[in-house]
Amino acid sequence: MSAQTIENTEATSERPGDETPVLEVRDLTVTFRGFNGNPDVNAVRGVSYSVRRGEVLGIVGESGSGKSVSSMAAMGLLPDHAVITGSVKLHGEEILGLDDREMATRRGKVISMVFQDPLSGLTPVYTVGDQLAEAVLVHNPKATKEEARERAVRLLDLVGIPNPEGRYRSFPHEFSGGMRQRVMIAMAMANDPDVIICDEPTTALDVTIQAQILDLLRTAREETGAAIVMITHDLGVVAGFVDRMLVMYAGRPVEMGTVDEIYYGSRMPYTMGLLGAVPRMDLERQGALVPIKGTPPSLTALPPGCPFAPRCPIAEPECSLAEPDLLPVGGQPSKAQIRAAQEAGTSGGAVAADTGVQRVACLRSGEIAENAWTAQDIYPIPEIPEVPAAKVRREDRAEMLRVESLIKHHPLTKGAVFKRRVGTVYAVDGIDFDIREGETLALVGESGCGKSTTLMEIMGLEKPQGGSVSVMGRETSKMSGSDRFALRRDMQIVFQDPMSSLDPRMPVFDIIAEPLRTHRYPEADTTARVYELLELVGLNVEHATRYPSEFSGGQRQRIGIARALALEPKLLVLDEPVSALDVSIQAGVVNLLEELQARLGLSYLFVAHDLSVVRHIADRVAVMYLGRIVEIGDTDSVYTRPAHPYTQALLSAIPIPDPEKERARTHIVLDGDLPSPANPPSGCRFRTRCQKFVTLSAPEQERCTSVEPALEATNGGDQATACHFAERQSVL
Amino acid sequence: MGKFLVRRLLNYVVLIFLATSFAYLLAAANLYPRGYFEQMQPPPTDEVINTQLDTLNLNDQTPLAQRYVTWLSGVAQGDFGQTIQGGDVTPQIWLKAGVTLRLITVATLLGSALGIAIGAYAAVRQYRMFDKAATVASFFVLAIPTVVIALSVQVFATGINEALGFQFFLFSGEYSAGFQGNGWELLLNRIHHAILPTFVLAVALFAAFARYQRNMMLDVLGADFVRTAMAKGLTRRKALFKHALRTALIPTITYFTFTFGVMVSGATFTEKIFGWHGMGAWLIDAIFQQDVHIVAAASCFMAVTIMLASFLSDILYAWLDPRVRV
Repeated sequence: MSAQTIENTEATSERPGDETPVLEVRDLTVTFRGFNGNPDVNAVRGVSYSVRRGEVLGIVGESGSGKSVSSMAAMGLLPDHAVITGSVKLHGEEILGLDDREMATRRGKVISMVFQDPLSGLTPVYTVGDQLAEAVLVHNPKATKEEARERAVRLLDLVGIPNPEGRYRSFPHEFSGGMRQRVMIAMAMANDPDVIICDEPTTALDVTIQAQILDLLRTAREETGAAIVMITHDLGVVAGFVDRMLVMYAGRPVEMGTVDEIYYGSRMPYTMGLLGAVPRMDLERQGALVPIKGTPPSLTALPPGCPFAPRCPIAEPECSLAEPDLLPVGGQPSKAQIRAAQEAGTSGGAVAADTGVQRVACLRSGEIAENAWTAQDIYPIPEIPEVPAAKVRREDRAEMLRVESLIKHHPLTKGAVFKRRVGTVYAVDGIDFDIREGETLALVGESGCGKSTTLMEIMGLEKPQGGSVSVMGRETSKMSGSDRFALRRDMQIVFQDPMSSLDPRMPVFDIIAEPLRTHRYPEADTTARVYELLELVGLNVEHATRYPSEFSGGQRQRIGIARALALEPKLLVLDEPVSALDVSIQAGVVNLLEELQARLGLSYLFVAHDLSVVRHIADRVAVMYLGRIVEIGDTDSVYTRPAHPYTQALLSAIPIPDPEKERARTHIVLDGDLPSPANPPSGCRFRTRCQKFVTLSAPEQERCTSVEPALEATNGGDQATACHFAERQSVL
Repeated sequence: MGKFLVRRLLNYVVLIFLATSFAYLLAAANLYPRGYFEQMQPPPTDEVINTQLDTLNLNDQTPLAQRYVTWLSGVAQGDFGQTIQGGDVTPQIWLKAGVTLRLITVATLLGSALGIAIGAYAAVRQYRMFDKAATVASFFVLAIPTVVIALSVQVFATGINEALGFQFFLFSGEYSAGFQGNGWELLLNRIHHAILPTFVLAVALFAAFARYQRNMMLDVLGADFVRTAMAKGLTRRKALFKHALRTALIPTITYFTFTFGVMVSGATFTEKIFGWHGMGAWLIDAIFQQDVHIVAAASCFMAVTIMLASFLSDILYAWLDPRVRV
């Protein structure tokens, strides 16, 4: 601790002036002691930042970068075996090392937190209202139950829960994810805190709900005047929401500055790579994404020197001598100085306070600034060849998959012995699309829209409840068992979760060889084929004998892709293949998928909720809402000129990782949640949330409520929309 | 919810009827009441024995079905028949049930409360001294049958009494024979006698509950909602108590049903060893005396108590877990 901080501590009074940061963290480290001979985990290694009233600080990093742990440490929420050093000051008062009782009086009162997963964040056995009232009561012991209740109802109203008086008595399981997150925010706001820490508050939510929650957080900030610490991995959310940001890597801040400084002038190769790795929804032709090779280092065994050096494209020998400090651009010691310090056995170790100027932990930051390098300059960008089939007109290409008025209804039954049908879930309710050779069709929509059910219906190769599925011109309902088996060679699937979709007890070789053996591929050629596949997806031959647990998420997804490609399929079904991966890893997998498509002439059916990835990878896109396709067309048309109000809202809700563009945009924020697929609205299913519906005249509204719109071509070309009042307009 | 409970209750009534009927049929087909009279001194004539057996509805020459119907029609009117000595069974049931229920209820409450408390705390202190000690203690107890515990406790108590030179622990009977005193003194005397048998029963129950509750608690300790409660401003202790334990109690309540059966049979040994004239001791004596009606009545009692415990845990479950209240 420097002399200056000690002065600060002494000068602090109960009511600090504007100059004192509300929350000041200095040189915070968190180590989890390893039990039973396991090595210690250095989760956080020297984080410093400060936030002032009304300011929003973003902390960005991938999983395992220590961004959540550092704020949990500030809240005093870490378990006892975590060793925390450094300093955390709340209004200038040191709170690190206070006992739990002292911390509890501040938690929720001065500093409060919104967590990631709203589904498990509320105690299932108490009513939502009681849990909210508890937050009020615990800090105002003098308040009566009645007063706390009233305050809770007011808070529920404030965060936009309809009928707050009645919903007070609801239990958490009766609320949707978005509504639970509203309750969590209400809880965090309950005592007008001075700092609200938001730990990935929208990660578990759908985009339209994310837009609602971000709006609500803005309201919360205006309402309470609190400083907000926004922890996220989503660079789009940061761009529009945050004033200053901190980028973390392997438990350490590697770059800090205002949003504009970092988005338009990052001087740290990691940040540059991260920004280049994000697929952009607003760019017409982005080219290949910037892949960062390798994976983040293990927190138990960090490499010497800069932790990013092993993955850095411009690393120099000096980078692995000593870990660079967070210093202003160009303020790093010279290479000669580093070598001298290394020989003398001294290290820098200067702790720089949060001064507000852009600071970077990279030896070559000055060089990067001088040459104005961008990610494209320092990272090797893979060349992705053109798909050969793309030269042929779409209509003339072979049809790989055709789905016609596909229907899947689940019965809702009641009763244990005598089951009776009490309703129907209209999971998929009549959808049509086709995929041509070498083409990617993306099926997008929020959770519960029926996209995964559609996939399973197609992959099942059974006779559907209604409609038909044809693969390569052959209708599945008319096939025999052996035909189906043979057809599976031609269509394969890659699953969403690479952690659970590979058998943990099988070595990689057997995983990839399994489809070959099942389909009686000549045993003599199997080994060669497996090695060929491993190299095709960017893995090494020596990986074949290892088990899935030894691989990172991105590598496992590559194993999954290799397995799917084993039988040389023509159609690959991808079920959210990158949604479980970090941005830098995701970029590599997306590039791989594009490259494979070009080299092998594959067709993809790509299911995703991330519209930015879809824009990047898909040729055509179908937007689903409550079991129906509401808009379909070529990606460029749909993204630049969406015609359906839902598509417009969906695209508008996604934050763009470009601060200036993002600040200039106005988002269409939809009301409420997705209606239950068991009880869809009459007429147009979207009308209950439609932003256009409310602007229509009464007879027009009447048409929406009574007549269900059919998919009709909107621009004379490929684009078709199911809306009576379709109007193409740009929302980006 | 009410409809659900009524349906459950009906199920239970059917089950009790079946359990009791099977017990009666099993006892009537296998016990040999004739032998009880034959070995009397002086041996009565066959005619006398037959008349005796006929009046008691125990004659093995009458078809089993007929005896069953006679017995059942009695039960329907609340009459469980007669003991082999000729006394009415029904009034005795209440007497014996009172003794057993007193023992079981206190031991259950004590054992489960202790088990839940120790199990929950052990979870909070996972891998620390307390947890290790609690784990060793509960596995030790779980590995020993109740009989052995009861006998060991008796031996131990005798040792202490001898060392102290007076009857510090009493382990024979429900109260001192020929005890004179007012209500309070009698109550104290009864409690004094109840300490050891209750302890024996409670200790076995404690072990099971401690293990179970520890596992349930470990599941919720790291739960997000506990973290939320702390972020609201609750201390760790309060968050654990109010949010974690409350949620972790729900599965334990269902477990309670299963342990109750163990309790009832455990009580049988305990009563016998400590000289309590409860339902269990009554049942064992009845088997030795070839007394069919007592066996059936005692079985009926056990079925009723177990079903009551189930019913109670249904209600408790619904009360504790709002998710099942539809």
